[in-house]
Amino acid sequence: MASTDPTTSDALLKSYRYVEGWGMSVGHLGRVLSPRSVEEVVAAFELARREGVSLGPRGTGNSYGDASLHSQGHVLDLSRMRGVLSWDATSGVAELEAGVTIEQLWKHILPDGRWPAVVSGTMFPTMGGAASMNIHGKNHYRVGGFGDQTLELDLVLPSGEVRTCDRERNAELFHAAIGGFGMLGVISRVKVRTKRVFSGELSVSAISVRNLREALEIMEARRADADYLVGWLDGFGTGDHLGRGLLHDARHLAEGEDPEPRRTLSIAHQELPHSILGFPKSQLWRILRLFNHDPGMRLVNALKHHAGRIQGLGEPERWTHAAFSFLLDYVPNWKWAYGRRGRRGLIQFQAFVPDAAAHEVLGGLFADGRDAGFVPYLAVLKRHRPDAFPLTHTLDGWSLALDFKVTPQGREALSACARRMTARVLDAQGRFYFAKDSLLRPEDVRRFLPAEALEGFAALKREHDPEHLLRTDLSRRVMGEWSSDQSANSA
Amino acid sequence: MSDRSEQDAQPEAGAGRRALVIGASSGIGRALVRQLAGEGYRVAALARRAEELATLEAEQREGQGERCGEVQPSAAGRVSGYVHDVRDLDAVDELFERVVRELGGLDLCIFAAGIMPPVGEDEFDTHKDTAMIEVNLAGCVAWLNPVARLFASQRGGTLVGISSVAGDRGRTKAPVYGATKAAMNTYLESLRNRLADSGVHVCTIKPGFVDTAMLGGAEDLPWVISAEIAARRILRAARRRVNVRYVPMRWWWVMAVIRSIPSWLFSKLRI
Repeated sequence: MASTDPTTSDALLKSYRYVEGWGMSVGHLGRVLSPRSVEEVVAAFELARREGVSLGPRGTGNSYGDASLHSQGHVLDLSRMRGVLSWDATSGVAELEAGVTIEQLWKHILPDGRWPAVVSGTMFPTMGGAASMNIHGKNHYRVGGFGDQTLELDLVLPSGEVRTCDRERNAELFHAAIGGFGMLGVISRVKVRTKRVFSGELSVSAISVRNLREALEIMEARRADADYLVGWLDGFGTGDHLGRGLLHDARHLAEGEDPEPRRTLSIAHQELPHSILGFPKSQLWRILRLFNHDPGMRLVNALKHHAGRIQGLGEPERWTHAAFSFLLDYVPNWKWAYGRRGRRGLIQFQAFVPDAAAHEVLGGLFADGRDAGFVPYLAVLKRHRPDAFPLTHTLDGWSLALDFKVTPQGREALSACARRMTARVLDAQGRFYFAKDSLLRPEDVRRFLPAEALEGFAALKREHDPEHLLRTDLSRRVMGEWSSDQSANSA
Repeated sequence: MSDRSEQDAQPEAGAGRRALVIGASSGIGRALVRQLAGEGYRVAALARRAEELATLEAEQREGQGERCGEVQPSAAGRVSGYVHDVRDLDAVDELFERVVRELGGLDLCIFAAGIMPPVGEDEFDTHKDTAMIEVNLAGCVAWLNPVARLFASQRGGTLVGISSVAGDRGRTKAPVYGATKAAMNTYLESLRNRLADSGVHVCTIKPGFVDTAMLGGAEDLPWVISAEIAARRILRAARRRVNVRYVPMRWWWVMAVIRSIPSWLFSKLRI
């Protein structure tokens, strides 16, 4: 459809700026095109074709690494397409433009007693990004990832055709686009399921654990009943305290359990506080920065562990959905504590490991880091289940996400350490998640994604994007063989 | 992947840093280009007059900048000229992208373009006046907007606007020149506040009388300084992350007095 006239592409919003991954450790200067409609997305493809460059789709840039970067072409910023197209409070199905954020969605639906079925630890990712990376939350073991809760999506193909995909129509394309990091077409619309909730609050129990084994055992035992499960682990614990930490088990309230659902379901009740202990939230990262080194983080983690031991003795508490789900958003720009200049920041190493190997491999990852002198400042444990998407990162097992500080001096050594950790995970039939990754190479990817899945994906790429108009730094890095043939295609 | 340097984006120790000077062919702008090149910056010099730019490029290539005895032969090619009229607003975004690509990034941007045609005390010439608005104000906004966006996105950079003491008070001799500078001051202050959280520094410079073509050879003016001295003071202020700086600094108290004169009295003084 839509043969575009140049006026549409002239009207495209353009800017030239620094574009970076959420972890700030990678970025580049580049031209950013910001379409506001499907027609303008098509115009952007036309423009790319005319100029002989490729486009890298990007939402709000919440992937840690290079998933939304494109240093060899233009960045296609879809965050301005943020219309809520339809919302049915009875069925709980929302139809949204790709740039709608999780924040926009929950604020739209919560007063109707609904909550997004799958949310990440931050509320700022877009629907397009959530589907492209197949994000997951603290309830992954129970409801699956974002893709499992997606009913339908529209893909704008590089040809200009808009193709609607679901589990019946274009089912192969649907499954490959979810988790396909934007390489098959630009997601312009999604239809997602949401969950009925009878309160704006959750009942949250804190459980202090002495080590990794206890963390795994308790989470496994609670898996059948808990709606959300997440473990924070202290990376500085050693020996018998390796993996000590604090688990949170959250349950939705049943109908009638909350005496004032109308109040708790209001947006005002969910809002995170503007100041914490008297400090304005926007400046809190400066305080965190004072602790952003090994001794400081050792102290912070230890304090948190011991506070958790006391907290764990108490009764379950009521937390708002926002406070429980989006803990990361409490302190705006907390990542700046890791440094604000280019190529400083953090990487997150997140490994997905089969259940049987979990204790050995996850413990081994802490040891690998420690041996190389890197201790994660934040470590998060979650339980997962497999899904049906060909480029999936998930499996029946566990994930451990480790945040490591990146400095210009330590960069190489950290990469080397992460490669050893990667090998350990791959040897144990583990997997990786492209939204977090910054290091995988094509040979690593071939070890955890089955050959037929990769071939099927490459065939779809050839069919729908034969000119390779869609690329990102991630695609060039991890899919070398089908995207490197035109890598001279630079701007 | 990123070729951004690890250093802080401050204009000290210019080696490896990249500066953009808009309005570079004469006066303070030209002196700034020479000085920055002398400090080791790679400088993109923008101006209307191609010949002046060519001269500036050539003199830096030969390491013969009259005030830059310290320039090493390795400074060759540090200054690249771009012919541009700041009134051509539609050309700005594309040229900005080209300049930054060719420099390989940007750490410092100085807007030094400005015109002050002579205006008689009984003259109300809209044509002359709008020309000043186009160059001094619209041009400034057109250039500093994309620069601000880039600096905010890279969380670093220093942005300098050459305003004037004339913006502090509405004088009989330069109604619109003063108005453009007052508007520029407010615009720069807003940018400073907008970008404060991203670690970007915005510096407003208010020069007094500087011995450039703009003075038109007027005599008997107080405290006239050379463009070279002005440039040195401007870069020092930017380096020290000063928000607003009078150049030379004694204008600060002079203007403090002038600003405090009530309007009923000011209108009788005909300053």
